[in-house]
Amino acid sequence: MDIATLGHMLNTAFVFSTALILAALGGIISERSGVVNIGLEGLMTAGAFAAAVSAYRAQEAGYGSASPWIGLLAGALFGVLFALIHAVATITFRADQVVSGIVINFIAGGTTLYLVKLLFDGAGETPLVDQTFHKWKIPGLSDIPIIGDGIFNSYPTTYLALILVGVIFYMLYKTSFGLRLRAVGEHPSAADTVGIKVLRMRYTAVLMSGVLAGIGGATIALTTTGTFSHNTISGQGFIALAAVIFGKWNPLGALGAAVFFGFAQSINNVLQLFDFSSHIPAEFIYMLPYVLTILVLVGAVGRSKAPGALGEPYFPGKR
Amino acid sequence: MNKFLKIITKESAIVPFIAIVLGLIVGAIIMLIGGYDPILAYRSLLNKVFGNPYDFGETLTAITPLVFTGLSVAFAFRTGLFNIGAEGQYIMGMTGATFVGVNLHMPWYLHAPFAIIVGTLIGGIWGMIAGYLKAARGVNEVITTIMLNWIALHLANYTVNHFLLEPGKGRSYMIDPSAQVTIGWLSRLLDDARVHWGMFFALLCVVFFYVYLFRTKQGYELRVVGSNSDAAQYAGINVNKSIVKAMFISGAFAGMAGVFQVLGVFMNQAIAASPTGHGFDGIAVALLGGNNPVGVLFGAVLFGTLSYGAAGMSFGADVPPEIIRIVIGSVIFFVAAPGIIRWLMKRLSAKKRKGEVV
Repeated sequence: MDIATLGHMLNTAFVFSTALILAALGGIISERSGVVNIGLEGLMTAGAFAAAVSAYRAQEAGYGSASPWIGLLAGALFGVLFALIHAVATITFRADQVVSGIVINFIAGGTTLYLVKLLFDGAGETPLVDQTFHKWKIPGLSDIPIIGDGIFNSYPTTYLALILVGVIFYMLYKTSFGLRLRAVGEHPSAADTVGIKVLRMRYTAVLMSGVLAGIGGATIALTTTGTFSHNTISGQGFIALAAVIFGKWNPLGALGAAVFFGFAQSINNVLQLFDFSSHIPAEFIYMLPYVLTILVLVGAVGRSKAPGALGEPYFPGKR
Repeated sequence: MNKFLKIITKESAIVPFIAIVLGLIVGAIIMLIGGYDPILAYRSLLNKVFGNPYDFGETLTAITPLVFTGLSVAFAFRTGLFNIGAEGQYIMGMTGATFVGVNLHMPWYLHAPFAIIVGTLIGGIWGMIAGYLKAARGVNEVITTIMLNWIALHLANYTVNHFLLEPGKGRSYMIDPSAQVTIGWLSRLLDDARVHWGMFFALLCVVFFYVYLFRTKQGYELRVVGSNSDAAQYAGINVNKSIVKAMFISGAFAGMAGVFQVLGVFMNQAIAASPTGHGFDGIAVALLGGNNPVGVLFGAVLFGTLSYGAAGMSFGADVPPEIIRIVIGSVIFFVAAPGIIRWLMKRLSAKKRKGEVV
């Protein structure tokens, strides 16, 4: 395998990973505050939908290359909207968090397709957006062999995702806000005792997860597909969820997991260029990322420890 | 039986009813906002389901797999496991049944039962893998079942592609008539609707679920593991064995859903590009039914009726059928968060009282 192929593979891996990284970051923030977020899939769906529609409308209105950015913003907004439902249900009404997440997936899938048909005269898909994101070549850095091609010649959304990993890592472990957030997820009553507003922290966290997962979904519509239909988001939210657990609820861990999924996915694409792949049935190559994940989990990771109060609603004043 | 009556007459039985009404109201509001006529839409939905014998039979056929996958998810839930993998177990069950139905040739009294057993076992084993990995290596079953769904999808496609493919069709050969489980007389009665023995198996499974989990020692152990695995450990229950067993039974339920879809409905297996969604529907049904076997049955009836009728809605009232997923989602929401309903009821009754004073 030559260097160019390796760089190309890395590049594809990051394209696949971007949405997963963003959604997984959202999952981490929510779950670190003690709220399970199975609804990532739904939040991504909402984001992808809003992004495809808004970018298309913006492009129609003549916003040109600003259109995908408008789409990204709309994706974040729509993600927050659905995350708000999750927050109200689980934090205020103390509904079962898993159930609420499943409901978010259901409602987001239904609502977005309903709206697509409503907005575009019964069509099952949004019109193709021409003004999607283009890859940015970072001068200087993109000349480094392998990594230059692999990382520094990517979509702006990929850079955004990578920067956010750092920002959120810093936020969680180096700021008092992050300490409070984690305290709320580990031991809410102790956090309450020292004056942390548990419910407010959890609301903030769940809404942030809406922003991130929404953007994550949006990146798929704005880089890979250019449209939104029923299968634009098909399982990425669950893979992101797996990345959260795989990465042990740590942003860097989730980054690693997401890139691993992306890399395994890009192996699919690249392997098919080689001769020996004609001897391996394509189905087995498709299976590879998922089999590898299980093997890695079995071999290396072992028991992963979730935040202490994950899944438990908090009653203010409870002891 | 007493317990059954108690389930029905409990005050919590009112909550699901209110939840359904509220869900339908949410749907109606969204239809009104979209400029559709909700009354016409719901009427078309009912017309579609109960309007003629064929559609009624097809509704029964649509309900059947939902009972199986709902039981699958609910059974795992009861043991403290979250089985997102009903999807994969469904696909594997389907593949097993198709393989036997197409490649083996036997008299009918052996063929269909053998296909059912093989498919069910494969579904069970697929579930058991996740159970084993959890028990032996502590790997979170949520991740493994998600991964196993995708592996199942591609493994099934591989099997169809290499061993069962009818050239140029994108699907397997048709299964032998001896492996089919259709009910001829009932089908003729219902204008050739694709009704099959699966629905009776589904009812049997509901009974099995109840008896096994609530009336046997093994079932009791599974429930103890589900409510507190530490306590179970101290009480001398083999927690790991329970987890593997529970995932096997859970997977077998989901596998059966796939088995009967092949042997009773499709008679072949198509190559699938993406997951079918049966597993996720099973999660919804389990939640609708509160993880209780009888509840799952009612949940499946509700889910199946609404989903099948949705086609009528789009035909009769031009409403996008996706609206029904919003309705179902809202119903689950209200079922799962009875706090919202109590809060609403309190608000309403408080308002009424205020009104009376004035």
